[in-house]
Amino acid sequence: MPATSKATRESHARVFDLDVQSLRELNQALHKLAPGSNETAWEVLNPKGNHSVAVGVDQPVSIDVRGSVGYYCGGMNSGSAITVHGSAGPGVGENMMSGSITVKGDASQYAGATGKGGLLVIEGNASSRCGISMKGIDIVVHGNIGHMSAFMAQSGNLVVLGDAGDALGDSIYEARLFVRGKVDSLGADCIAKEMRPEHLELLQGLLDRAGVKDVKPSEFKRYGSARTLYNFNIDNADAY
Amino acid sequence: MCGIVGLFLKDKTLEPKLGAMLSEMLVSLSDRGPDSAGIAIYGSPSRNEAKITIQSAKPERDFRGLDAELAKAVGAPVSIAVKSTHAVVRTTPDKVDEAREALQSLRPDVRIMGAGEAVEIYKEVGLPEAVVDRFDLRKMTGTHGIGHTRMATESAVTTMGAHPFSTGADQCLVHNGSLSNHNNVRRELIREGMKFETENDTEVAAAYLSSQMAHGKNLGEALEGTLSDLDGFFTFVVGTKNGFGVVRDPIACKPAVMAETDQYVAFGSEYRALTKLPGIDNARVWEPEPATVYFWEH
Repeated sequence: MPATSKATRESHARVFDLDVQSLRELNQALHKLAPGSNETAWEVLNPKGNHSVAVGVDQPVSIDVRGSVGYYCGGMNSGSAITVHGSAGPGVGENMMSGSITVKGDASQYAGATGKGGLLVIEGNASSRCGISMKGIDIVVHGNIGHMSAFMAQSGNLVVLGDAGDALGDSIYEARLFVRGKVDSLGADCIAKEMRPEHLELLQGLLDRAGVKDVKPSEFKRYGSARTLYNFNIDNADAY
Repeated sequence: MCGIVGLFLKDKTLEPKLGAMLSEMLVSLSDRGPDSAGIAIYGSPSRNEAKITIQSAKPERDFRGLDAELAKAVGAPVSIAVKSTHAVVRTTPDKVDEAREALQSLRPDVRIMGAGEAVEIYKEVGLPEAVVDRFDLRKMTGTHGIGHTRMATESAVTTMGAHPFSTGADQCLVHNGSLSNHNNVRRELIREGMKFETENDTEVAAAYLSSQMAHGKNLGEALEGTLSDLDGFFTFVVGTKNGFGVVRDPIACKPAVMAETDQYVAFGSEYRALTKLPGIDNARVWEPEPATVYFWEH
């Protein structure tokens, strides 16, 4: 975990030190932000694994969290740009609506769960159930993802530069999954699909937005829904 | 929920601080479980002495004069150190079984928390802070230890339902999760001759490991067996006389974070349990993989 460095702090940032101030004070201050506020840069010191850091922010501000966070960091984010200079516990960016969250370290289970929009970038590895039930969010993981990722994913894009664990995309609806490394196994109704020009273009855009360089879209495989489990059919009972 | 912690020291200079470090880790996870809390600490094992940790709801009545009565019953020196509702009985290693039997007839209301050359176990109903204060756990020294704060699901909130569970000499286990086949496994273990104190699922996991190790398996092999023989959700942290192990079920819903430096290996249900450990900012921090056994031995 990177130590707090005064030199790297933005000069005009509003600083909250969670060793001194409470988490509730931080989140209430963030929730009080009015549209057009000049307080556009925030910095959170000593998060030390606290839960719910910067949840429910609904203004386009930037928030730098200096250290590792616990559960649900940036949950329900709507428009803010959050950077975690450390690792994130379970449920980072859960139900994100828009904006972005970047985790410089690793993320625990169900990163980006049920996310409806915005961009979640994990620069390390993500654990199990990454992008579970994703509903439009874009997730880019520089490392590997764990088992049951993109379970029941409905829409959005999951990009993995490393490997994926077991049962990728189980019971997937319409999300697109791009994996550069190996996939341990595919879940029910998830299949490898042809990478067409529009997918290469989409993937290039996602890599650009996530700041990924020196990686070509052609290095990835695309996975998605075989669409056989949309409606219950007794012949498919074994697949559920 | 439940919160579990474990700390295995590699650096002997930290041993005087083990109780303080482990207590701090457990207290930081208090809101994962308010029902009961417990800690097992392994001191330096001694060949000349065995320890039995006992508990009583009426310690003043039960512990008074017990050392002399036990000494007479087993025919060997016995000492007792009382700490609140618990007491550590010390005697010669060959007299442990006799002392346990004598305890049952001399003081039928006294419960045995655990026994061995190294381990002492303290657990009670209440928050971690209260349990740590009650037994003065911050002052304890040792080589490794595990702890638990409980949000009860599978059995009653009682002292005996608190973790760690110990079912073999110097063996104990803490658990986050719930087992679904514990009744069947308990029946099989009873047939083997294992004895159970509670209806708790975690006690079955502890007894399963004790049984496996009694059949000659090492800690790692015994932990491997949980993956096929126990059904349910679990993250286990286990202590033995000289070892410390971790295993998560294949689904791995129950959280787990580990940290390792040259000085220690630490386990926490959450990263917040690890934030005050020395050198944590430069430690290797990782999430243990599902269905993968990790263990360390001195």
